[in-house]
Amino acid sequence: MEQRLDRPGPQSLFQPVFDLDRCDGCGECALQCTFNEIRIEPRGDRKIPTANRRSCGACHRCEVTCPRQAIYIEERPLALRRHGIWKSSDLKRVHQQSASGAVNLTGFGSETDLPSYWDRLVFNACQVTNPSIDPQREPMETITVLGRKAASKKDYENAKAGNKLIRISLPVVFAPMSYGSISLNLQKALARTASEKELLWYSGEGGLHEDLYPYTGHSILQVASGRFGITPQYFQKARAYQIKIGQGAKPGIGGHLPGEKVLPGISETRMIPEGSDAISPAPQHDIYSIEDLRLLIYAIKEASGYKPVCVKIAAVHNAPAIASGIVRAGADMVYLDGYRGGSGATPAIVRDNVGIPSELALAAVDQRLRDEGIRNQASLIIAGGFRNSADIMKAIALGADAVAIGSAALIACGCHGCQRCHSGKCPWGITTNDPDISQRLDPDWAYERLSNLIEGWHHEMKEIMGLNGIYDIGSFRGNRLILRGVGLSDKELSILGVKHAGE
Amino acid sequence: MCGIVGLISARKQLENGERIKKGIHLMNDRGNGLGAGYAAYGIYPDFKDYYAVHIMGSSQQGLKEAARFINRHFEVVHNRAIPVWDKIIRDHPFFNLFFVSPGISAEKRLPGEESDDDYVVSKCMQLNKTIEGAYTCSNGKNLGVFKGVGTPLDIYDFFRLDEYAAYSWLGHNRFPTNTPGWWGGAHPFNILEFSIVHNGEISSYGINRRYLESFGYFCQLQTDSEAVAYLIDLLIRRHGLSISEATTVLAPPYWKSMERIEDPDQKDLLTFLRTTYEQGMLNGPFAVLTAFEGGMFSLTDNTKLRPMTAATHNGYTYFASEIASLYEMEEAVEDIITPRAGQPIIARFETETGKAYR
Repeated sequence: MEQRLDRPGPQSLFQPVFDLDRCDGCGECALQCTFNEIRIEPRGDRKIPTANRRSCGACHRCEVTCPRQAIYIEERPLALRRHGIWKSSDLKRVHQQSASGAVNLTGFGSETDLPSYWDRLVFNACQVTNPSIDPQREPMETITVLGRKAASKKDYENAKAGNKLIRISLPVVFAPMSYGSISLNLQKALARTASEKELLWYSGEGGLHEDLYPYTGHSILQVASGRFGITPQYFQKARAYQIKIGQGAKPGIGGHLPGEKVLPGISETRMIPEGSDAISPAPQHDIYSIEDLRLLIYAIKEASGYKPVCVKIAAVHNAPAIASGIVRAGADMVYLDGYRGGSGATPAIVRDNVGIPSELALAAVDQRLRDEGIRNQASLIIAGGFRNSADIMKAIALGADAVAIGSAALIACGCHGCQRCHSGKCPWGITTNDPDISQRLDPDWAYERLSNLIEGWHHEMKEIMGLNGIYDIGSFRGNRLILRGVGLSDKELSILGVKHAGE
Repeated sequence: MCGIVGLISARKQLENGERIKKGIHLMNDRGNGLGAGYAAYGIYPDFKDYYAVHIMGSSQQGLKEAARFINRHFEVVHNRAIPVWDKIIRDHPFFNLFFVSPGISAEKRLPGEESDDDYVVSKCMQLNKTIEGAYTCSNGKNLGVFKGVGTPLDIYDFFRLDEYAAYSWLGHNRFPTNTPGWWGGAHPFNILEFSIVHNGEISSYGINRRYLESFGYFCQLQTDSEAVAYLIDLLIRRHGLSISEATTVLAPPYWKSMERIEDPDQKDLLTFLRTTYEQGMLNGPFAVLTAFEGGMFSLTDNTKLRPMTAATHNGYTYFASEIASLYEMEEAVEDIITPRAGQPIIARFETETGKAYR
């Protein structure tokens, strides 16, 4: 008989707890839970919910939607003998894999406790000699211009002729998330927010659904290794194009949208048969060296009437040299996705062990491009686990032109970080296109939430500029003197290019 | 807080530093005795075709090494110690003056040093960076910067400025707050023909400095004001911007105001300058007075958090932080100008002997 180590018995690390005094047995929780954690059972003359304790991932959908506030989620770690090396998650992973022989998939960004340098950097503030500026009273500007810029006034005439710079109202863009990995409703909300707030949204590698056509003026459409949904028209629509080489949550590997998720809308947009796997190979099969990348950059420029081209790479050890090559190959923007970047589906082993933190990659790339005198030739967009406006402003001060947010945008729309994006059952309707579940996300509601988030952050960003006596984001950008490190080694400080607090 | 004065004779009439001293001394409260300085234009007519390199050495050793460096890289036609009255300040550094021309012909120089000006800048940067305890105070032709730690009167007497005759003068007293008060950090800051005095604090210094480094300018003097001088040199001399274009780079109009500009060409140009020179824009409160070969111009930040006034009289233009100082320099001044935020005032010599500036 097969011995199962991970079942029966307590499996999930969480469980819903029901307050039976408040519960009226309406059964809403069982409907909301897409993981079948809850079932309604008769007990005496009433119906009560019970948890099966196997699949709760703490998404909090049942708790939030319970009309009688009768549910909360409880953590129930396995009562294992404490061990310095073997954590319960390690045991669980071995148990699971020895049962299945498969790769452990996960979603969201890395959960490891590698240091977050954002938490070790603090801002300066004006005292006495340079007055701080009150953003409520004084003009405060965050307009950001992306693309290839002139080196000096001597290029004025040339620049006038080929001016394809992109102006956005604040240095925030929505990270690439494809139709397929997220729901069309969410993509609509992102696109609409970007258009109305004058930001940019990236399509990700899922093609362009026709519902998004009204928002392409603020879009950057992606060309990735699967080449899904790419037509001549695709190159007429967007503001700019992005070649995706790698992703922070899974550097060096490709993507895979399982056949069961390739539903009619997705099949049409990606231009592949319904139910067939959508596989994005690890490398682009026409890019095996930098000169191949150059060919693709210029092919896209030719096809699109010389719109800006952005190249996205994961932050890896030699990111500075790669970025330099990308800029010299003709890219107008470099998109760096760091270690903590999110994903809809990635092997946990890759997510948690490959790539380097965005902070270090950003600092090193910005400095390298300056040292080589080519910093003006491309904008630097940085991504990878940005949680709040302070993280963003720290990245700007380190030298980023703009910051891309993915996870934070999903969290704004209900995500509670349960890390099951790959399951296709996202109870919030975010990372699923199951028609029943995805309709849970109302695009108008999501638009409002995203707009609020951007507005709130915008206020905070201006506050941080004002308290540093800076009225324009341009003087904040790359201004590393604004930052000080706390508790960092000399090596870390020298890579980040900041002084230690007290210096 | 700092005090700024300047005077310029459009007909290039020479005078000693008496009036500029009176002007800056009146604003004694704008400084705290930790720095003062003067720039004088037209003081070396006998050597007017040579770069006059003023070297400050905190030790005789540093000064010797600097002299060796200069002899190695330049053709020195004359050198001497700068005369000082050392009874007035104890523990002062030493000052030497070299009249030089580049020591090697253009075709033998490194890339980026082909023009004489670039060569001089590059070598002086190298000197500041590599020789411990020695710095270039000024290196323009027919001009000198005299500065140090002390009150405006101390520094005036120390450098015996009553013995020089110049047609344009800058004066400064300093109240250092964010950087140490030391001899090298006193104003004016000079690079070739440009000398600047600055009142304020540049909150964009971190990025201005990194921007300048990519063009080979190295800020060694521990103060934000130094960067302003280099930016002006970069914009006007190297990139060929006019003075008014350069001032819109340093204190650009808000994006919001640019939207309202009707002339499409002007809007295009301003947008281009704003985008191209984002890293050269100055933030934070400042008033800067710049002397150059063709005249003198002032600029404030575009919310005008530091004062600047100017007035004309009888062929002279006077600049000062406070109006009272204008009267101190010339009782009969008329047409007092109080510039709007971000608006430059440009005074030029009547007989344009310098390079053509638009």
